Amino acid sequence: MSFMSPAVRFQNVSRRFGSVRAVDGVSLDIEPGEFFALLGPSGSGKTTCLRLIAGFEQPDEGHIEIFGERADGVPPYRRNVNTVFQDYALFPHMTVGENVAYGLMIKGVGRAEREAKAKDALAMVKLAGYEVRRTAQLSGGQRQRVALARALVNGPKVLLLDEPLGALDLKLREQMQEELKTLQTSLGITFVFVTHDQGEALSMANRVAIFNEGKIVQVGTPSSVYERPASRFVADFVGSSNVLPPEFAAAHGGHAMWTSLRPEKIQISSKSNLVPAACAHATGTVTAISYQGAVTRITVATGKQALIAATPAGTDVRKGDSVTLIWPKSAMVAMGEDA
Amino acid sequence: MTAAVAERQRGIGSAISDVFFVRPQLLTFLLLTPPLLWIGVVYIGSLFALLLQSFYSLDDFSGLVVHEFTLSTYKQLFEASNAQIILRTVTMAALVTVTSAIIAFPIAYYAARYARGWSKALFYLAVMMPLWSSYLVKVYAWKLILAKEGIITWFANVLHLRWLLDGILALPVVGGPSLSFSYLGTFLVFVYIWLPYMILPTQAALERVPVNFIEASSDLGADPRQTFRTVIFPLALPGIVAGSIFTFSLTLGDYIIPQIVGNSRLMIGQAVYTLQGTAGNIPLAAAFTVVPMLIMAVYLWMAKRMGAFDVL
Repeated sequence: MSFMSPAVRFQNVSRRFGSVRAVDGVSLDIEPGEFFALLGPSGSGKTTCLRLIAGFEQPDEGHIEIFGERADGVPPYRRNVNTVFQDYALFPHMTVGENVAYGLMIKGVGRAEREAKAKDALAMVKLAGYEVRRTAQLSGGQRQRVALARALVNGPKVLLLDEPLGALDLKLREQMQEELKTLQTSLGITFVFVTHDQGEALSMANRVAIFNEGKIVQVGTPSSVYERPASRFVADFVGSSNVLPPEFAAAHGGHAMWTSLRPEKIQISSKSNLVPAACAHATGTVTAISYQGAVTRITVATGKQALIAATPAGTDVRKGDSVTLIWPKSAMVAMGEDA
Repeated sequence: MTAAVAERQRGIGSAISDVFFVRPQLLTFLLLTPPLLWIGVVYIGSLFALLLQSFYSLDDFSGLVVHEFTLSTYKQLFEASNAQIILRTVTMAALVTVTSAIIAFPIAYYAARYARGWSKALFYLAVMMPLWSSYLVKVYAWKLILAKEGIITWFANVLHLRWLLDGILALPVVGGPSLSFSYLGTFLVFVYIWLPYMILPTQAALERVPVNFIEASSDLGADPRQTFRTVIFPLALPGIVAGSIFTFSLTLGDYIIPQIVGNSRLMIGQAVYTLQGTAGNIPLAAAFTVVPMLIMAVYLWMAKRMGAFDVL
């Protein structure tokens, strides 16, 4: 891998809007063939990064390379990347087929060839036979697929997806997640997608970059960012976490650092005398119970620190019960100092 | 349950509101009836009366209208002098429309895409302000501007471009003794007067083209010229067509501008004005009036065929 240039390389890239540093000194390598997620809350700079790759924005500082070629200063229409827009941006004055064939038409591909390719692309996204429809006649999920076909038909080296599933309802979103993954695997194209939904990022991506305030705070595989969050922000943003202050962590067998403890690692017991040696425990009173279908989240006040435990549904606890919380010491992940 | 819902004391006003809320079509009916009656009787009615008049004829000897169905009045339209009036007016309207569209587009594009805050306010002010002053005042002002002793001649002298002005005035057909007595002058005033009606709908149409579409187009490999041709222009076309309906039909029907600025050759509006007035030839005046309506109908039909309204 090392001799190959990365699909996308950010070298100390900054982009300012007025006095706001939307992207602030970002360096990042996305490898060829990766399904890469840019994850972060709104305003964290992830969308601006995607737009920098697409070429809609140009960096104020730093450099961007796409497959080893310098991309800063290159307009979008000279880059071999394509974008699936958040609201799809399908052209209303063209049919579905014309939309999909648009990029080919611009390149001067002959009518017969581009129609054949558009047909294949539509078949690939399971919309065979939709060529002559108007975009206004399509549902949200279908528009999404057309947008995908319109981008992929050009054979991009990198496919950019801006909140690709944001506008879809839950069932459709889960289905599209699967389809996008399958598509990415079979095409082998680098996919870079932006999302604020951590569940989506974890389930779809090979690697995730987590953004906060214009900076990347952690890059890694979904399991590494989930299991070993580097900062309190990541612990909080990716999944939910009990963020333990250094004193509390130290008193319970951890390091004297800010520490993340995932709710699902905590077990609830009514007895305090059966704690294995490798585990830590705390006793307290149940203050809130939140039923969430597959799991129930139970908030327990233990002295100064409230802890949330996620337990399988059906756990028999009531508000006000005195309980013991037990968790493996190894589940406590010490984090860096920053926010 | 019912008692609890209706518990609050209600006046007659809120009772009426409740009825309208539950039956919105009743409100729509009540709101639309007066304007529909007005349009139906006054507008369509008079249009129908006009159409009827055009199928009557004028008795040449008595000067009275003969109330019998005939196509002879329409036949008169094809007589050389009348046909020339029609041709002259349609040519003028077409040229005014095309020129307005060419001038209006960049202005509308700038306003829709780039103007924000104060510059947008300035745009609206600049486009609308000419509409606030009297049409007659503007036309007379133009007569002075274009006159032989006017500011244009003066400028031409100052800039040593008098030869250019004289050259233009010496052109056949469009020229004349001075700009204010030439087709060129009439044309300039028409373009000036109707330009806002072209800018505003074009700007409204461009305003509705999301930035996203332009980005999507460039993302798919289209350079700015291609994006303009394949995305921006087709989406702005309904606005341009709407604007051209204004400029075209207003020019077709106007009788004041060519009266004040221009040579003495008649346009359709002037012909109608003269025929229904001094000449008392209502049937021919009516037939002349039908011409712009027919032309507009054909124009709209063609625009629709070309897909100008597909995105509406």
